Amino acid sequence: MTVGFDDSAKFAEYAHPERLVSTEWLAEHLGDEGLVVVESDEDVLLYETGHIPTAVKIDWHTDLNDPVLRDFVSGERFAQLLSEKGISRDTTVVIYGDKNNWWAAYALWIFTLFGHEDVRLLDGGRDKWIAEGREITTDVPTPKAAEYPVVERDDSKVRAFKEDVLSHLGSGPLIDVRSPEEYTGERTEIPGYPTESALRPGHIPSAASVPWARAAAPDATFKNRDELEAIYKGEAGLQDGDDVIAYCRIGERSSHTWFVLTHLLGFTNVRNYDGSWTEWGSAVRVPIVKGAERGEVPAA
Amino acid sequence: MTNATLPATLQEIKEEFLALELRDRLQLLLEFSNELPELPERYRDHPDLFERVVECQSPVFIFVEVDDDGIVQLYATAPKESPTTRGFASILAQGLAGLTADEVLAVPDDYPQELGLTEAVSPLRVRGMTALLGRTKHQVRLKRGA
Repeated sequence: MTVGFDDSAKFAEYAHPERLVSTEWLAEHLGDEGLVVVESDEDVLLYETGHIPTAVKIDWHTDLNDPVLRDFVSGERFAQLLSEKGISRDTTVVIYGDKNNWWAAYALWIFTLFGHEDVRLLDGGRDKWIAEGREITTDVPTPKAAEYPVVERDDSKVRAFKEDVLSHLGSGPLIDVRSPEEYTGERTEIPGYPTESALRPGHIPSAASVPWARAAAPDATFKNRDELEAIYKGEAGLQDGDDVIAYCRIGERSSHTWFVLTHLLGFTNVRNYDGSWTEWGSAVRVPIVKGAERGEVPAA
Repeated sequence: MTNATLPATLQEIKEEFLALELRDRLQLLLEFSNELPELPERYRDHPDLFERVVECQSPVFIFVEVDDDGIVQLYATAPKESPTTRGFASILAQGLAGLTADEVLAVPDDYPQELGLTEAVSPLRVRGMTALLGRTKHQVRLKRGA
């Protein structure tokens, strides 16, 4: 670790306080040796309209997804990308973005697939930084290329595939983080996103519905630990030690929930099913439940 | 390659994009985004008059006028936090300005895919612009028939 942690009291309550920094902390540490700030947004042009000074941009579509396969980039491409952004294997990376860090959490999860050790989120993301009137700039940094090793992605620990979900059914909890309308099957796509559709609506049997943004406070920061426990353990019924799989539509909103469960609540085996509803809802003969009830897992 | 049915301004915009490197195409899209005109006074306080294009990732509202001579005018508004969507709306507002209803309806539906933006912003995002064009044509048909 090259840059110290944010030891604020709010973060200390979380299972892994070292995964978050506050806007105050970041403002004090901008320019520190060994720190690279990354902006990752839904809108591919938002960074260009102004960003945190020194921040580089990583786009989830064009940088992190393979252009041909429905998969993430290879170890070679990831190494090339991070080198260009001035990130080494031991760099402290702080990621922030729009919409409650929706896409920032997705980028952080992909960094995790590649085993990048010190990667953190800016609590409150882009919205909070701007709401506080902090400095933004349109100057795009030109980082000196860094050495980043080619690392094989490890898809076995925090990523779930359709087959993993099928064998998980009935043995562990699932969290569906989509909107209530998508969960019940009233619609196949997120309001406003029908281009990422599926052939059948509904949810995976036994999945609990916890829309992802419930983890965020109105100022886009994460809710405190007690509030999060009440939602995920109280309402959704997760128990310590559970193996959990989270899913949404393409795996981005569920990355946010993956972050909450893993780093804020301390679950040790949480996987994000990135195939999510666009795969499950179009797959042949996988079980689906419609309506507000979780539903039963069919007998094998 | 020339397209016989592509109106001059849309053709110019297309050539302008294709002449640039991928990275500079994003900058050009940002310029379009910044050029999206303010709404005319008469619509500013009437969000109810606008049709929301739900296919776009970010909220965008459009309003299409067809005057007595059949000339089309497209107005659009989208939040500053959605510069890509604003850019798409701005390209169409500029590119369709002054065309007749027939000319607008003849614009190829895949025009958004021809701007060389699919690699720069991803195919998924470009579909938002396709939807915007589709909605515009739909409104032209409705208004012309009225």
